[in-house]
Amino acid sequence: MNLTLKIWRQKNANDKGKMTDYQISDVSPDMSFLEMLDVLNNQLIEKGDEPVAFDHDCREGICGMCSLYINGEAHGPDRGVTTCQLHMRKFKDGDTIYIEPFRAKAFPVIKDLVVDRSAFDRVQHAGGFISVNTSGNTQDANAIPINKHDADKSFDAATCIGCGACVASCKNSSAMLFVSAKVSQFALLPQGQVEATDRVLNMVKQMDEEGFGNCTNTGACEVECPKGISLENIARMNSEYLKASLKG
Amino acid sequence: MALDSKIPQGPLAEKWTKYKNEINLVNPANKRLIDVIVVGTGLAGGSAAATLAELGYNVKAFCFQDSPRRAHSIAAQGGINAAKNYQGDGDSTYRLFYDTVKGGDYRSREANVYRLAEVSANIIDQCVAQGVPFARDYGGLLDNRSFGGVLVSRTFYAKGQTGQQLLLGAYSAMNRQIGRGKIKMYNRHEMLDVVIVDGKARGIIARNLVTGEIERHSAHAVVLGTGGYGNVFFLSTNAMGSNVTAAWKAHKRGAYFANPCYTQIHPTCIPVSGDHQSKLTLMSESLRNDGRIWVPKHMKDVEAIRAGKLKPTDLAEEDRDYYLERRYPAFGNLVPRDVASRAAKERCDAGYGVNATGEAVYLDFAAAIERYGKEQAHVKGLDENDPKVYLPLGKDVVKTKYGNLFQMYEKIVDENPYETPMMIYPAVHYTMGGIWVDYNLQTTVPGLYAIGEANFSDHGANRLGASALMQGLADGYFVLPYTIGDYLADDIRTGPISTESPEFDEAEKSVRDMIDHLVNNEGTKPVDYFHKKLGKIMWNKCGMSRNEKGLKEAIEEISELRKEFWKDVRVPGEATEFNEELAKAGRVADFLELGELFAKDALLREESAGGHFREEYQTEEGEAKRRKEFQYVAAWEYKGEPKDAVLHKEDLVYENIEVKERSYK
Repeated sequence: MNLTLKIWRQKNANDKGKMTDYQISDVSPDMSFLEMLDVLNNQLIEKGDEPVAFDHDCREGICGMCSLYINGEAHGPDRGVTTCQLHMRKFKDGDTIYIEPFRAKAFPVIKDLVVDRSAFDRVQHAGGFISVNTSGNTQDANAIPINKHDADKSFDAATCIGCGACVASCKNSSAMLFVSAKVSQFALLPQGQVEATDRVLNMVKQMDEEGFGNCTNTGACEVECPKGISLENIARMNSEYLKASLKG
Repeated sequence: MALDSKIPQGPLAEKWTKYKNEINLVNPANKRLIDVIVVGTGLAGGSAAATLAELGYNVKAFCFQDSPRRAHSIAAQGGINAAKNYQGDGDSTYRLFYDTVKGGDYRSREANVYRLAEVSANIIDQCVAQGVPFARDYGGLLDNRSFGGVLVSRTFYAKGQTGQQLLLGAYSAMNRQIGRGKIKMYNRHEMLDVVIVDGKARGIIARNLVTGEIERHSAHAVVLGTGGYGNVFFLSTNAMGSNVTAAWKAHKRGAYFANPCYTQIHPTCIPVSGDHQSKLTLMSESLRNDGRIWVPKHMKDVEAIRAGKLKPTDLAEEDRDYYLERRYPAFGNLVPRDVASRAAKERCDAGYGVNATGEAVYLDFAAAIERYGKEQAHVKGLDENDPKVYLPLGKDVVKTKYGNLFQMYEKIVDENPYETPMMIYPAVHYTMGGIWVDYNLQTTVPGLYAIGEANFSDHGANRLGASALMQGLADGYFVLPYTIGDYLADDIRTGPISTESPEFDEAEKSVRDMIDHLVNNEGTKPVDYFHKKLGKIMWNKCGMSRNEKGLKEAIEEISELRKEFWKDVRVPGEATEFNEELAKAGRVADFLELGELFAKDALLREESAGGHFREEYQTEEGEAKRRKEFQYVAAWEYKGEPKDAVLHKEDLVYENIEVKERSYK
């Protein structure tokens, strides 16, 4: 395949940035999208140009490091995948592909396609944990049976990889899907009940302080989420938040 | 220097308890006066950082990723072992210890392994208390599955994302301490040297990967939880950023490197598709609970399949060779990884590989889908002989167990593994070798510790499935926090360590010199060129089987390649900015040294053990042949060039387990 790439280049956080065109030929449909960018980068280096900076690490869809807004969609045209799992067979010979960073006020660009998502970490610092000492002197793991249905739902929420696609896809740059996934994981488990009130209040407060927008229920986040995190979690967080506010 | 493993006296089962009762403790007020650096935030580093902070030490934690949650432990799939014996199937601490030592082909340290087995059950209690959503049965209790090389079900799991869930547990424990200000987190920072003052590790030099700034960080002790070095092969299941740099810099500063040749080649990975390939993807060992591995029995069928004239699903049962079940009836598809990998290679070398490159075998779920489907049809009172009824039910069961793995496979290969067998081939996955540590997990440099995959001690020459997660968390949550206290008890009056010392000056200068050389080098080839070339040498000559001639060639070729790298590598951009090529160049420079030591170690070890298979040393049936005279740990001391490394031996003593021929027949 021969392709035209239009890629966002931005030297650093203070640079204005612009789209730049690149031609790439002999792309195999079996390549992953990031492997295609590897090929481009090695060609740029050999020509003496600067390679395109992008985040990536595990390249198997679990670390959440890769991002990229491809042809107007977070993680590109395929569903249920991260950019590293997107394969070139989803494109055709002669296509023009637009590649931009995840854009949100809370995710400032570091360089080219690399953004700073540390706002997500700070939301987790505010309450994304159960306060249990790591002494190992807890009760036996089977002391509290947990309804399988709840345990499975908790697991589904816990599979969020923190990539930020939900924020990038939302017209308001809301982080509700991300935050609600963590709140739900614990809200569904007996271990999470003790701190439930403080957790949801503190995490939501931090989310607002980071500059994420409000949720207007368009559902774009759920569509683009590579892990299929459900909107149900947002509903659950809203109800947790309401309960906590009444108590609080 | 003689190696002292500092194994406590007394009976095996009492060593750890006795040790904990006798070590020095640091009182809570004094812990506030002590700083600890933890490099790496995977299961080992993350759990250690959280626990040390909770105990009261001031922790500085470093990771090269943009968040500690992204460390590559996150990609572990199948599960974590623990001797809970919830299934009542005969498991015990001793049996987990026994399986691990045997699985490691009698090349691990008894006392360390026993301690690992002993604390394993606590890990599960701890993780459940943290809210890790392990799989449960309908009664609400924890579920288990089986992994290779054992005859019990002791593996706890969270679908195919166990590593993710455990890492997020450790990350949440870290977050709690970051929120309290007890951990200061440095994301996107890479450790480039360890600083030794008066013979003790007292800090690190790190590069801020966003700004390019070189920073000095001091502490009373330094802990490396920096993972393995599988990326020396270029293609592996490791993350792109996984590297040996922190461990290698520690080695250059005096930490011995043990058994570098012990590498795990995992049998079930998605085969290579072409030259563009940047990494390989694992398909969890848990799949071997239900998947059957086979190749066609007859060459004509192999040829027809490769030509696209025959589908694997069309091949009759009697025309298939379930070679693991044939060769190892007792363990069948659940033999340990080294055995399964070699058996796949044997069939493919004999010409029976089922894809275009001839390097793939089938992993087939049809039998499991049928079995589960019939069971479900029976439970629901439906016709259990009608495929239209039982097949969808069976697929649902397989989906709940392995759904995410099947999805991953389908996205990469573009084939539906519910309908046609997966194609798999072995790939580099884990390194059992690593920095030498004593019973305290301290390296040969006082105050420098290595935990998790970065050290060498627990898995011998082959790691059993679901034991990496167990070891990482055991080291970080339950072992290091005790052992490091014994060392730090002497530091309560030391006061803060200054970064203004000749030792810090020297270390910073050596880092700056290396970086300057790389960015100013007027070379022509990108870093990947050298990394790929190194990977090919390693795979062809230090891979699944090795021989004297190949290893000698590898040593020469790697040494040559290293020279070429320093002469001809091109690193674009500047040192004072976000520059991934520069970070990669530094890592590959270290791989080019480690690779040579790896080959030298493999050449020395004139025996076959676990993942290290020397063609000259095999039984008549082609199994690994251990030799008594190599019942030792090879710990290498740095002396400049890898070829000059000096060997130190730690003899392995087995008092509680009978060393015998490892058999899975």
